[in-house]
Amino acid sequence: MSPAPNQTRLRPDLMEIAALIEPGTRVLDLGCGEGELMAHLERTRGVAARGIEIKPERVVDCVARGLAVCQGNLDDGLQDYEDNSFDYVVLSLTLHLVSRPGLVVQEMLRIGRRGIVSIPNFGYWRIRLGLLTRGRVPRAGCFKEPWYTTPRGHVMTLNDFRGFCAENGIRVEQQRFVASGGPLSQALAKALPNTFAQLGIYVVSRNQAPNRPEPHPSPKRA
Amino acid sequence: MSGEEPQMQQAKARADLPPWEQPDSVGIVETKSITFAEPPNEMPLDSGAKLGPITLAYETYGQLDPRRRNAVLICHALSGDAHVAGYHSPEDRKAGWWDGMVGPGKAFDTRRYFVICPNCIGGCKGSTGPSSLNPATGRRYGRTFPVVTMADMVRAQKALIDHLGIKTLLTVVGGSMGGMQVLEWAITYPEMVWTAIPIATTPRLTAQGIAFNVVGRQAILDDPNYRDGDYYEHEPPTRGLAIARMLGHITYLSDESMHQKFGRQLRDKDDYSYEFDVDFEVESYLKYQGQSFVERFDANSYLYITRAMDYFDLVAKYASVEAAFRSVLARFLVIAFSSDWLYPPYQSKQIVSALRANRLHFAYYEIPSNYGHDAFLLERERISRVISDFLALNYARALDEER
Repeated sequence: MSPAPNQTRLRPDLMEIAALIEPGTRVLDLGCGEGELMAHLERTRGVAARGIEIKPERVVDCVARGLAVCQGNLDDGLQDYEDNSFDYVVLSLTLHLVSRPGLVVQEMLRIGRRGIVSIPNFGYWRIRLGLLTRGRVPRAGCFKEPWYTTPRGHVMTLNDFRGFCAENGIRVEQQRFVASGGPLSQALAKALPNTFAQLGIYVVSRNQAPNRPEPHPSPKRA
Repeated sequence: MSGEEPQMQQAKARADLPPWEQPDSVGIVETKSITFAEPPNEMPLDSGAKLGPITLAYETYGQLDPRRRNAVLICHALSGDAHVAGYHSPEDRKAGWWDGMVGPGKAFDTRRYFVICPNCIGGCKGSTGPSSLNPATGRRYGRTFPVVTMADMVRAQKALIDHLGIKTLLTVVGGSMGGMQVLEWAITYPEMVWTAIPIATTPRLTAQGIAFNVVGRQAILDDPNYRDGDYYEHEPPTRGLAIARMLGHITYLSDESMHQKFGRQLRDKDDYSYEFDVDFEVESYLKYQGQSFVERFDANSYLYITRAMDYFDLVAKYASVEAAFRSVLARFLVIAFSSDWLYPPYQSKQIVSALRANRLHFAYYEIPSNYGHDAFLLERERISRVISDFLALNYARALDEER
């Protein structure tokens, strides 16, 4: 048996997510893929990770890494998971692909004390520019595949997600923005994320106070 | 039965060598046996009756490692036996029933693991069952044999494992009825079971599952040759047993696999016979399966083993599947097959829910397959890959940790 390829470098957005997770916690990774994040969290943060993955061949990859993974479809619901049975429920670049995103986020916050959601930003400037100038959806940022080869998806901007949270009593505790490029791109993504970030990462919780003090104050944002 | 796809990580077949000398074969093997529970120390059964002496037929392949951490227990299904892999003699035409999985370089790599498979009690392949001689009477048990349960079968297996001097099992694995025994093992002997691999199984046989067993048994019971189970001096109830087997085979396949395998193909003819002879390929297949089964299986064993499956119900025994798993320590790899309608994936998911509720470490793998329930014998390549990885990691873990 060749050793599991668990030493490869983590995708940048997963790296950001990993940094948001406190050591020694219980983490559920929805759509865990080949288990890169779970393996990283178990190795470096002493986390007890559980995953759900829809593709059988990726489940096999997870097993080869010694991970606890359950083959399943997020659209079939998460009713099997008990309330508050995890510290964090992670949904990485998958929210736009599920059939009922709002329900999935509510379920995440029922199962976990916190949710960590990363979403591709449809408000990214290159997408806006492409739409404006060519009248076509450009294949930029997180939208590299043409529309007709990707699974059913929802289109949302980072502001849309913030709006959803505000309307549904979901508190955003922390946020991170990811953009490719040099220091200028990074600074712009921080200052004007809805235009310059390719993806946003949000730590969310139910609006009532969490059971323990927050590790960091949540940044105020217009 | 074995899959057609080439096996990964396996030594190439050598055309110059017979099957039992192939580098990935366990070779010529023999069935061994132990006898225990001699009166007055008979083994108590779930029914309240006692059974003894008990003989268990079993085969082993590979070597126990010095720390005795590499033992793999395979539990066979309804019509299986202790002969998992290899050949009994050079004249043997068929290898053991899971030969594609057990051998050097295979999923249960006999260069690394010590593989054990006992025949279940109630069976007819060397272990004590209704066709065995009752030493108290000097006659075959027949219907005087006590009804046994999955838990009884597992209790008897435990005696074998103790006899072999094994304290922990790296894994207990089995499909279908074997999977029920896997669950029993993990629940009843949590300290002994390091990992568990239940395949295409259920935490409780459903009404549909019982119904098929009922019809199979009725065919045997209604065969005039059955004689209340006391047929060993006479012509056995082969017609009833063959019908039971034919019905069983239908439930092991799927609509899709029957369509692919037979379609409406006629057997050696171009037109219907307008009679009730064998016209269709599927007809011929089922007849053949029924007839070949009666040569190797005892009708009473069929009754007893299917009854044991009927009675398997973790919910009835422990109030819920979740409660059943409360004491479990093992890591699980649960495998189901998409087209299995005898033990559909939702039943494996009931196991998964219980594992989750108890915060156990598990993986659930649902293999997309058209083969129906038989997939557990046919999807060798996919099962092999996931099991070999799972075992390798957990063996390393077992060698690392003390428990």
